Amino acid sequence: MRLIAKRDAFRAAAVCAALLAASAQAFALGGKEAAPASRPAPANPRVRLATTTSTENSGLLSYLLPFFAEDTGYTVDVVAVGTGAALKLGENADADVLLVHARALEDAFMAAGHGAERRDVMYNDFIVIGPAGDPAGLKGSADAKAAFARLAASGASFVSRGDKSGTHVKELDTWKAAGIAPSGAWYKEAGQGMEQCIIMAEGLQGYTLSDRATYVALKDKTSLAILFDGDPVLFNPYGVITVAPSKNPAINADGAKAFLDWLTSERGQGLIASFKLEGQTMFFPNYKP
Amino acid sequence: MESLLEAVSLLVGGDRETWWTIATSVRFSLWSTVFAVIPGVPLGAALFLGRFKGKRAAVALVNAVMAVPTVVVGLFVYSFISRSGPLGSLGLLYAPGGVVLGQALLAFPLVASMSYTGLQKLDPRYGETLLTLGAGPWRRLAAIIREGRYVITQAMLAAFGRVAGEVGVSMMLGGNIRWYTRTMTTTIALDASKGEFERALSLGFVLLALALLVNFLSHLAVRDGR
Repeated sequence: MRLIAKRDAFRAAAVCAALLAASAQAFALGGKEAAPASRPAPANPRVRLATTTSTENSGLLSYLLPFFAEDTGYTVDVVAVGTGAALKLGENADADVLLVHARALEDAFMAAGHGAERRDVMYNDFIVIGPAGDPAGLKGSADAKAAFARLAASGASFVSRGDKSGTHVKELDTWKAAGIAPSGAWYKEAGQGMEQCIIMAEGLQGYTLSDRATYVALKDKTSLAILFDGDPVLFNPYGVITVAPSKNPAINADGAKAFLDWLTSERGQGLIASFKLEGQTMFFPNYKP
Repeated sequence: MESLLEAVSLLVGGDRETWWTIATSVRFSLWSTVFAVIPGVPLGAALFLGRFKGKRAAVALVNAVMAVPTVVVGLFVYSFISRSGPLGSLGLLYAPGGVVLGQALLAFPLVASMSYTGLQKLDPRYGETLLTLGAGPWRRLAAIIREGRYVITQAMLAAFGRVAGEVGVSMMLGGNIRWYTRTMTTTIALDASKGEFERALSLGFVLLALALLVNFLSHLAVRDGR
């Protein structure tokens, strides 16, 4: 009797496990159908794009990629990291194409021979956001340098990305231009993505530098307001780079080139301009052949 | 409270992406459990049966490796499966294969250690009896695994629980690619960073339910083992 009960219970466990496996498989098949259907398939239909969190999390890529898949048959695997990490992935040949925003780093990447081709794609701009009361008195600063100097002088908390992202690079350049080496308890290096930094700045009632798209996408979750913008140095240009196919035979060079061409085509540029959040254009196409 | 309600409605309403993510997690975890068990159980049994110099050190090593953080495993495996690494040509990075490989490596010491510890609770004379009956090493290994199947079931369940709940390996080796390698834990990490807590919360419920199920099955296995 004892033996039978023991066996039954063990069998029950096995049946549970099998059911779990079967349902997982069933769902997995469902998932394949859910993925965007690709038309006359290119030889290698998966392109890996390493990009910054701003293009992914603002929703721009989720908006563009279905059109790209429809036009070309390529499925784009998006790995969203900071610009520094994205360039590193390109250098290791772990990405086929990059969409990044840190011009100096991009130029260094090309000069080192890691990239095959680079094109301007679009731009948006950086903004300084902070508590609506503006304790550091940023409003009305003449330029970005002056605004950053007021920030440092006020001792109000500032959350820095601290992750070598394009935004971080721009922030460091601006401190440098203002002749300030930021350090101290007020300067907090988060080492996190843009959203996380905005949420931290919200919690600290402090300031941070953000790209406009991420801020607008997050707007209903933060009380922080735009306190400084408009200086041309805060211009935030994005570039698309195909990774040099000579680096590794596994690189999907055709797919990368197709993505670069499509993004800078009339169709791609028009779609970028038509992407809106809260009724505002987020990225301005600027490719010039 | 509002996000809680929305979380439930995502699950009950059958939100396609949420359920796809759950299925992907379960699928990856099942495969990595299988690949952790294949080398893990024999290693545990071999440690139990074996009489060799340095056995204590080997056991200590297996136990120590269990404590390695997931991101370290991820980093280590990344350097191997990167296209510029030695196994780059396999195309595992940022693909399901990479996640399964990383998770299997993560769970393998756990399986070995739990099998070893569990088998020790068997009658210690069992191994010796087999030896006196003239069974060869392979026969003994097979017999001990058969005898310890409840223990091994438990080790498998623990491995499944470990990999289903980890985020470091899935993020670093899978890349959190939508409709491809996005799992429950990487979705939670992403959604939480975007301040979108509803889906993160609903997946949190599923993970909790899964952990409870695993514990229940594990409990069943122990009870039966006695």
